[in-house]
Amino acid sequence: MAEVGRAALILALGVAVYGIGASLYGARSGRADIVASGRRAAYALALLSVVAFVILEAAFLRSDLSFAVVAGHSSTTTPTFYQATAVWSSQEGSLLLWLTLLSLWSALVLFLTRRQLRDVAPYATAVLLGLGAFFAGLLIFLESPFDVLASPPVEGAGLNPLLRSPSMMTHPPMLYSGYTLFAIPFAFAVGALIVRRVDAEWIRATRRFALAAWLFLGIGVLLGARWSYAELGWGGYWAWDPVENASLMPWLIGTAFIHSIMIQEKRGMLKVWNASLILATGVLCLLGTFLVRSGILDSIHAFGASTLGGPFLVLIGAMTLGSVALVVSRRDTLRSEHRLDALLSRESIFLLNNLVLVALCFVVFWGTFFPLIAEAVTGQRAALGPPWFDRYTVPLALLLVLLSGVGPLIAWRRATAANARRSFAIPAAVAVLAAVALAAAGAGSALLALGMFVAGAFVAGTVFQELWRGTGARRAMTGEAPHLAVVRLIGRNRRRYGGYLVHLGMAVLFVGVAASSSFQDATDVRLAPGEQAEVGEYTVRYTEPTARLVATREAGLEFIELGARLDVWRDGEALGAMTPTRGYYPSQDLAGLGAIGRFFEGESVSEIALDAGAGRDLWLAVQPDIGALEPVIREGDAVFAQAAGGLSPQFEAVALAQTLRGLVDRYASEAPPAQFRLLTSPMITWIWVGALVVFAGGLICLWPAPDAARRRATAGLAVRVARDLGRVRART
Amino acid sequence: MDVVTLVAIMALLGAVAWLVVAPLRAGSAARDEERYEGARADLEAAKEAKYAEIRDAELDHATGKLSDADWRAVDRQLRAEAVEILQRLDELGVP
Amino acid sequence: MDPSRKRKIRLGVALSAAVLLAAALVYTSFSASSEARTPSELDTAQAGVSYQLTGKVVEGSVQRTQDGLDFEVRDRDGAQAVPISYQGVVPDPFREGREVIVTVQRQGDGFMGERDSLITKCPSKFTTDEQPS
Repeated sequence: MAEVGRAALILALGVAVYGIGASLYGARSGRADIVASGRRAAYALALLSVVAFVILEAAFLRSDLSFAVVAGHSSTTTPTFYQATAVWSSQEGSLLLWLTLLSLWSALVLFLTRRQLRDVAPYATAVLLGLGAFFAGLLIFLESPFDVLASPPVEGAGLNPLLRSPSMMTHPPMLYSGYTLFAIPFAFAVGALIVRRVDAEWIRATRRFALAAWLFLGIGVLLGARWSYAELGWGGYWAWDPVENASLMPWLIGTAFIHSIMIQEKRGMLKVWNASLILATGVLCLLGTFLVRSGILDSIHAFGASTLGGPFLVLIGAMTLGSVALVVSRRDTLRSEHRLDALLSRESIFLLNNLVLVALCFVVFWGTFFPLIAEAVTGQRAALGPPWFDRYTVPLALLLVLLSGVGPLIAWRRATAANARRSFAIPAAVAVLAAVALAAAGAGSALLALGMFVAGAFVAGTVFQELWRGTGARRAMTGEAPHLAVVRLIGRNRRRYGGYLVHLGMAVLFVGVAASSSFQDATDVRLAPGEQAEVGEYTVRYTEPTARLVATREAGLEFIELGARLDVWRDGEALGAMTPTRGYYPSQDLAGLGAIGRFFEGESVSEIALDAGAGRDLWLAVQPDIGALEPVIREGDAVFAQAAGGLSPQFEAVALAQTLRGLVDRYASEAPPAQFRLLTSPMITWIWVGALVVFAGGLICLWPAPDAARRRATAGLAVRVARDLGRVRART
Repeated sequence: MDVVTLVAIMALLGAVAWLVVAPLRAGSAARDEERYEGARADLEAAKEAKYAEIRDAELDHATGKLSDADWRAVDRQLRAEAVEILQRLDELGVP
Repeated sequence: MDPSRKRKIRLGVALSAAVLLAAALVYTSFSASSEARTPSELDTAQAGVSYQLTGKVVEGSVQRTQDGLDFEVRDRDGAQAVPISYQGVVPDPFREGREVIVTVQRQGDGFMGERDSLITKCPSKFTTDEQPS
């Protein structure tokens, strides 16, 4: 099967190269059939990538250890769910996933636009196939997923326990979907620039892909944040880590893009700006993909220096230079058709929003690459920490939320000042009320947080007012019942109300961020059983240790779990017990480690005890002290080392299990003090809830309008337009 | 390499070749018609977008963001643009 | 004021704001940053200045204290080690022999790690060499 997979990849590279040639030749010579052949090469690429991916996934699922990748990242005892996700925990598998997703979206968009954009599509095809060829080339020549081991090992290395999380199933595929979906508008922008067809057609054709990309990338980033908060032992969801930033930057520019394309669609303005934005987004997507596997910046995620750095940098360089060259050489055709009519218009607000987003991206970019910049300028590497990032991003984010509340209140093209003032009244009143109430409640201590709350209230006021007024307007025309009117209103104006919902979700999200950062209470304390500590309004007592061996029927002994049972009180009221634990997974490296000590030299993974609530989260983590166990461990190691070879495997396994059980019982009975991290974060759940609202709003925006309704609507309007013309049209 | 593998690879090769060569065999007979289809699809998309704009302006007016006078001006402008698109569609004619 | 003049003024204002922001950013970044150093480069470290230290945790040097962790950090391929006294979050992957990044300040003969600034680099997820099994 590995041979078939390898053949599929080689075929993929071949068909991609053919497709590039066919598309370009067909475009230059006007041969639509050759162009069609090139387009079908994209379909073939999708087919071949899926075949290769399925082969690899199947190998993981049946633990085919003859595959080097499977042996290195999975094992027969890994649970099925994690066997499936182990595919993209490997370099090779993740590149193959990238290629598969890219080729699938490419095939989809080329199929959907097969009758449109006749001059642009071939060049877009060439760009997409070019990217596909790049990844296929990497997979064939540098990081092959189908390398076969001459003598397959008895057992695989297993998945890194840190990656054993449901988030592993969703976070990477979502991120990659986001990155690869942004390649679609990128490719069409390049094509549009090449043939100088820079009107809004390429935008209209790829709008949904840009929106889907934005949605998936955003959700991917948030999934990473949630993973970080709920699973990893430091209690935070964002650290301004270079790799986190690398996925945020294309999202920021992508947000600017999906707003400013609306201006080009309506007024034919901002052509240079839009082209530049999407070209930058595409480059940043590849930069993000590259950064996580390059090791050029110090980061938690910067996994191993690899041989991929060179080719990626060449690609990114080529994309950047090519983009700049295209925009500069086409700047005459990119001239605006119109000018900004009025400062008081939605176009203006969108422009401001764009500026804020670009500024945010610049801040993040500068901070992320500062070590390299400093080295270039002063010869000395220097790093910027979260405080510097926060200083600039927080006010900018505040401004952004505020703008998202102002925008919907102002009409397109030109707004009537008096009407705008009237529209501001209610949302402003809501905001002022919120400000007063919160300040009275003591939120004034963190001014920026209070500002964000007020901005969020303003946005909420705007969205509800818009729904109210829209429903009223619709009912005035159709006389429908209120609930029906709301649903139909949203259904007939998906982009508008989906967008408003997204804004509401983002406001909720940022309010959660503001509250949880400004009003968090953290306590790091070392407690012996019976002792207690305070965090926020809670009192936490370390009642007793917990210790157990975790085994499964197939795997046998999986890991040792040591934890603590903590009893929690608030205002004298007992809230029950929470049990944070720590899992000690044995190291796979058998050389030099004792049979018992192996368990404490592998990975140790925190299991957080989390009590999530609408008002606040209580987050508890434990770091058991195994120092007291060390003499016992050493003794056990010595005994097993002596007896090695003289025992049958079954006897050894039984003896090992018994020793470990003894060890674990000893921990429970001796009950040494342990290190605890206790956190209480207000309103952190609002972040995840806000994300869900954003997702729902995004789906509404993406939803295609049902054909029948659209045709009816346009038929009616067409007649009205025709009446203006002075004649009735027989057909529509 | 065993027989199954060989057959699988041949099958893949065959599928890809068929996919890619099919349009070439169909010939260039339908070229003109395809060009017309393409232009028509683009104009139809532009028309839909313009109608969406007209509806948007209507909603803006209904929800109180535009005064009557302003709305009438914007609506007139947008309908004129829609008419232009319809005229271009007309000019396309029938294949 | 005719429209094109208005437009030029708007453009001017926007550009000036952008330049101001960029200048503020650039200026503060150089003063707010901590120099990145390896243990052997910490000889010349000044007191009261934060440095971002990158290196490997020396085997056998980790000791838990009442409220934190004491350990030594050495160059990736050197022997020179510096003692660090640290309080705060200890990330899950932290282990002897692993590469860490921690912000430190000189304190007497040793160095004190800034609270919660310890980062451990994940053992390579994306390596090209296989793990022995």
